[in-house]
Amino acid sequence: MAECIHCGQDCGKNPVIWNEKQFCCNGCSMVYQILSEKKLDRYYDMMPTPGIRLEQENTSGTRYAYLDNDEIRLKLLDFSDGGISRVNLFIPAIHCSSCIWLLENLSTLHHGIMHSNVNFVRKEVSITFRESEISLRQIVELLHAIHYIPDISYNKGNKDDHQKANRRMIMKIGVAGFAFGNIMLLSFPDYLPGGEAIDKFMAGTFGIVSFILALPVITFCSSDFFLSAFKSLRKKIINIDLPLSIGILALFLESSYEIFSGSGTGYMDSLAGLLFFMLIGRWYQSRTYQSLSFDRDYRSYFPIAVTRLLDGKEDFVQLKDLKTGDQILVRNGELIPVDSILTDGEGNIDYSFVTGESIPVAKKAGDFVFAGGKQSGAAIKLRVEKEVAQSYLTQLWNEDKLSEEGKMQMQSIVTKVSHYFTLIILVIASGAAVYWSFTSISKAVYVFASILIVACPCALSLTIPFTFGNVMRVFGRNGFYIKNTEVIEKLTRIDTVVFDKTGTLTHSRSMNIGWEGNELSKVEAQWVRSVARNSTHPLSVMVSEWLPASILLTVNNYQEISGLGITGMVDNHRIMLGSRKFIAGNETSDESKISSVYVSLDNKLRGFFKMENHYREGLNVVISGMKNIQLHLLTGDNDSEEENLRTYFSSETQLHFNQTPVDKLEYIKELKQKGRNVIMIGDGLNDAGALLKADIGITIADDIYHFSPACDAILSSSKFGRLQDYLQFSNSALKIVYASYLISFLYNIVGLTFAIQGLLSPVFAAILMPLSSVSVVTFASLSVSVLSKSKKF
Amino acid sequence: MSVIVVLIGFSLIVASGFLVAFLWAVKSGQYDDDVSPSIRILYDNDEIKSEQTNTNQNKV
Repeated sequence: MAECIHCGQDCGKNPVIWNEKQFCCNGCSMVYQILSEKKLDRYYDMMPTPGIRLEQENTSGTRYAYLDNDEIRLKLLDFSDGGISRVNLFIPAIHCSSCIWLLENLSTLHHGIMHSNVNFVRKEVSITFRESEISLRQIVELLHAIHYIPDISYNKGNKDDHQKANRRMIMKIGVAGFAFGNIMLLSFPDYLPGGEAIDKFMAGTFGIVSFILALPVITFCSSDFFLSAFKSLRKKIINIDLPLSIGILALFLESSYEIFSGSGTGYMDSLAGLLFFMLIGRWYQSRTYQSLSFDRDYRSYFPIAVTRLLDGKEDFVQLKDLKTGDQILVRNGELIPVDSILTDGEGNIDYSFVTGESIPVAKKAGDFVFAGGKQSGAAIKLRVEKEVAQSYLTQLWNEDKLSEEGKMQMQSIVTKVSHYFTLIILVIASGAAVYWSFTSISKAVYVFASILIVACPCALSLTIPFTFGNVMRVFGRNGFYIKNTEVIEKLTRIDTVVFDKTGTLTHSRSMNIGWEGNELSKVEAQWVRSVARNSTHPLSVMVSEWLPASILLTVNNYQEISGLGITGMVDNHRIMLGSRKFIAGNETSDESKISSVYVSLDNKLRGFFKMENHYREGLNVVISGMKNIQLHLLTGDNDSEEENLRTYFSSETQLHFNQTPVDKLEYIKELKQKGRNVIMIGDGLNDAGALLKADIGITIADDIYHFSPACDAILSSSKFGRLQDYLQFSNSALKIVYASYLISFLYNIVGLTFAIQGLLSPVFAAILMPLSSVSVVTFASLSVSVLSKSKKF
Repeated sequence: MSVIVVLIGFSLIVASGFLVAFLWAVKSGQYDDDVSPSIRILYDNDEIKSEQTNTNQNKV
């Protein structure tokens, strides 16, 4: 089998040949021609088969015409001045070094492009161009032509915020590290035997320099901890940052007192060192998948602008400006953005986006069409019935606020532990202070401060970032991408899993096919295949792929009747393929249950192809791996599959059929009200409400960068069979967290026994505190990697 | 011995210089993308540029 030079896919039996090179399709060969014409063919030398294949070519030349609209254009441009503009485009297809090379050499493809720069992590390309030579629309069309299709939407605010926060974090780490290193040098004499011999003047200077170096640490680097502690206090919660802040402040004040009173050198080195470690922990925890998007709402699915027909003229309006009663035009491959009524044309609407079902539904003039479907075939005219925000599916997102509250209630382990921890430490510290106050007041203050210093739960606060941060990376390497580390903690409490069927348990693009009826002869099969090859309807494609390979014959009088079937003449035989209604003229009762393609040869019914859902590999393993978990299934389909599903699910599993998107949402709500911790696993926009409402929403996606509704985690569809492993892994990770807590408590007990007796020396604190942090971090990281090896992740 | 104090002063000034340089690098976005710079440095830009000028000359 030959591989396509461009995308690496199998070329099949009839490869497209250009310049003695084999391609799988015309699209790929076109890109190759464009690139080799401009002498950019090194693209193919750097990485083998770097290209991207387009499954469906959108041929209409006006797809990006809305980019000529000034209002839209200006919103998308980052900056525009004196005829020179810059735009930042998100291109999910960026995946290798060849991509970077090609996209940074865009200026070779068009001289109007001055400069282009790729940000690989965010999968963005920033293009600077001369408006007089190339327009934004032409740039996007150029990118489309080389199969790097930009994902154009307005909401990129989140990403910018994240970037700013990340930069600030790195700066804080830098400052803390700087202070840590320098103060350490100054405190070094204290650690050496005979260090006390250092003369008074020098010790004083060293102390003051340490104090100056610690100032940015206490003001700039610790600001997040103080702020968070303050905020939680106002909400009357005790979080981990409260004991941390108390510890940091006690450390700083005690050290300052010692330095300025000349009674000692203080613990400034420990202070800077601890903040340095803790900031690294926070940074490690907050590193997420920047190129993945977990909180998309409907706006990122629907086009920015639509074609509106006004007095027979076409113009582009932004989606939010659409009014009820407007006439809109939707072309081949475009998404229907609002609930509307078909007024003109033949609708052939693919709802795979919404339900996971990829077989198009036929609609005729006068029919109601829901938003979210994709038109395939000729352009259709629609009358808007509901504005975008009021459309059926988009309303699911309005439940958003409700679910936020529901998700807040879950208390994390850290919050619980730190709650008790803080109280106990305060009690111990005050008790010890009262005890010592009978001897001497200054000793009492010193003991009080020492206890707070040594009990500072730094090791505690490092456990979760490093354990869960590592787990998150292990998951990511294995095709399971989670939004943040909190999701892991929630995964450990799950007792209920709700599945969607179509697209989640079944493959959305392939089905099991069987033939029922009189056996087709070899020639007859060849005829049927020849006719089926002419149609791009998924059922025809499946039929032609399933039939044995043969030479394609010429088809005359080929006709495709939308929603019914196809017909054509081969070797003077009339071949008809399609629904029962189309072939035999009547519908049987079980017609709607199974999708079938009926075949007639010379007007004689020969039988039909039976299409059955094809369940994902590993479904059995997943189900048997979830023994103590209640399973539910919700599907929008009818119960024709029930028998089949029962072979996988035990009798305890509840199967619910004919569920609307709102039903699904309500079902999850009910489960949650019963106090269950629910995972919802779905794939389409119709699950969006349920995914948001569940404790954890997991989206299954073939292409993780595309088409995932808002969720907490994205599971690459090829890894579906390992779902139960992820749950088990999270449980084990939680045990590691508990073990780390135990270790840090042991350190605390040792430290406290010294502090209560008033024996805490700076050297002891300086060794004990970093040691506990380092050993906890090492333990957490090592155990996760050992665990991941033993589980074959 | 007290000369050490002067030396510490100087070393801190030098170190602060590096700290400022680091902060500037972060602020100007050099740490935003840690993948593409490592790949970009391997590209030979001259090849394409020379070909580009050739084609421009042909047009003239």
